Amino acid sequence: MTVLPEEAPIIELRGVDKWFGDFHVLRNINLDVVRGERVVVCGPSGSGKSTMIRCINRLEEHQRGQILVAGIELTSDVKNIEAIRREVGMVFQQFNLFPHLTVLENLTLAPVWVRKLPKKEAEETARLYLERVRIPEQANKYPGQLSGGQQQRVAIARSLCMKPEIMLFDEPTSALDPEMIKEVLDVMIELAEEGMTMVCVTHEMGFARTVADTMVFMDRGEIVERGPPKEFFANPRNDRTRLFLSQILAH
Amino acid sequence: MTDIDVTHDLPLPVERPPRPTAGPIDWLRANLFNSVLNTILTLAAVYLLAVTIPPVIRWAVVDAIWHADSGRACRGDGACWAFIAEKGRFILFGRFPYEEHWRPLFAVVIFIAMILASCDRRLWGRRLAALWLAGLAAVGVLMWGGILGMSYVETSLWNGLPLTLILAVIGMIFAFPLAILLALGRRSQLPAVRAICVGYIELVRGVPLITVLFMASVMLPLFLPTGMTIDKLLRAQMAFTLFAAAYLAEIIRGGLQAIPRGQIEAADSLGLGYWRRTRLIVLPQALAMVIPPLVNSFIGAFKNTSLVIIIGLFDLLGTANAALTDANWQGFYIEAYVFTAAIYFTFCFFMSRYSQMLEREFNKGRQQ
Repeated sequence: MTVLPEEAPIIELRGVDKWFGDFHVLRNINLDVVRGERVVVCGPSGSGKSTMIRCINRLEEHQRGQILVAGIELTSDVKNIEAIRREVGMVFQQFNLFPHLTVLENLTLAPVWVRKLPKKEAEETARLYLERVRIPEQANKYPGQLSGGQQQRVAIARSLCMKPEIMLFDEPTSALDPEMIKEVLDVMIELAEEGMTMVCVTHEMGFARTVADTMVFMDRGEIVERGPPKEFFANPRNDRTRLFLSQILAH
Repeated sequence: MTDIDVTHDLPLPVERPPRPTAGPIDWLRANLFNSVLNTILTLAAVYLLAVTIPPVIRWAVVDAIWHADSGRACRGDGACWAFIAEKGRFILFGRFPYEEHWRPLFAVVIFIAMILASCDRRLWGRRLAALWLAGLAAVGVLMWGGILGMSYVETSLWNGLPLTLILAVIGMIFAFPLAILLALGRRSQLPAVRAICVGYIELVRGVPLITVLFMASVMLPLFLPTGMTIDKLLRAQMAFTLFAAAYLAEIIRGGLQAIPRGQIEAADSLGLGYWRRTRLIVLPQALAMVIPPLVNSFIGAFKNTSLVIIIGLFDLLGTANAALTDANWQGFYIEAYVFTAAIYFTFCFFMSRYSQMLEREFNKGRQQ
């Protein structure tokens, strides 16, 4: 899918820097994502890719530069942060479902308390999304009773129930047993096909080839290379990218 | 595309776990006589029980005197339960006007009914809060009187079991939310809030309860403008509440610290904001985790109410002590203390069972 260049980006990172103590974890990051674009971020561990997407909904605070999401700049203004978080869904490596609530309650919590939807309506939406991630029968179970793959699909549904404009995925399959990775990726592919704006940190290069509009390669806190997946995989321009790809695609 | 579920494809032969050995002899062999050391311990325990139990039964039941007119007629080898028959009402209700004893009795019944009602999870929420509000109001009316044809009874005559329950239950009701705020404040990002909470908790924890009660009873009136007085019971209640809150706060903080970072991030990423996140995600999990130490603290606080005797309030233990000073009935310490201990034990045992029920309730569906 090609993206119209004149469309205004929904996510903009301008010269973003961040440090953990003295460690310079993000260096001069510039990234534009337009509506409907699917960006896959890859790179060796410790390259700052998770930190970067966590900056987009301010789970991490950037220390220099500008981040704009849907035209709103992320500052320490709590109102802005909450407004952006309502529109940006996030899926974590460790699922982070609420263990004291049932699956259905996990899904309806934010729509009821943040979006102020009536409970009944929120439940209808929740069941719809459970259907879409193919686990409608688990609605009344607790997260601890589900497999890892099922939990991650619930986590995706939980984010979708807020009807976000953007979905962030932070290594969503890294904590899963191999046989469960596919069921989660299938859900994500479907979501991509529906036109959701996605920024996805992952090592699943097969998934990246299938859905990505743009590949981003990060190393040592920098964006080293970015481009459409075809070129990115066939002719990486940078040595570091080439080395990384040869390592990750070797097995 | 369907769920990957390998195990359903090939039917495996059904094999049951080995049956546990049944029958009392097997049980004895497996549990009491399974090693030389265990056999020795079992025999020692049996010997100890054989030596101690019969004398206790002889004292408490066989040789006990159930009816007597005075202490002199009640001397024998056994317990003098006639003392309890004579003084039981005084121990329970103290100097509350004798013919009005139905009022504190009713108050105690209301307390017990409300506590039992709180066990039913279906009632939790607004309805239970309303029930407690109504119940506490009823207790207040019964104890104070002055309306509905009941004579006014000042708080210095509120003695015995109702006093113990009022101090403990009302103390807990106020200490608990205060403790939650203190625990949250101690983890706050705002330095001023954090400093106040840490200072409060450390100060109160560093001082014995008796000192706090003394301060509330003796020193506080000195700081009040002349002419203004606060009821002694209210002062004790406040001291007791503030003291318990500091301890509960530290327990709750332990629970807060055990909440994984990911839970907070997930709540944040859904846009819940601090207070909703705390109320809906953090506290339910944190409190469920610390039920055992919380209840431990509640039990301790319940028994700590007996310290109010130091400022001249007669709780259950105070009235028992007072009952022992009757010249006609002197020397029945064991009977008086067994009686009060039984009452304390009943309440504390109930609390510990309640805690187990709560734990089961909250751990439902986890790690199954």
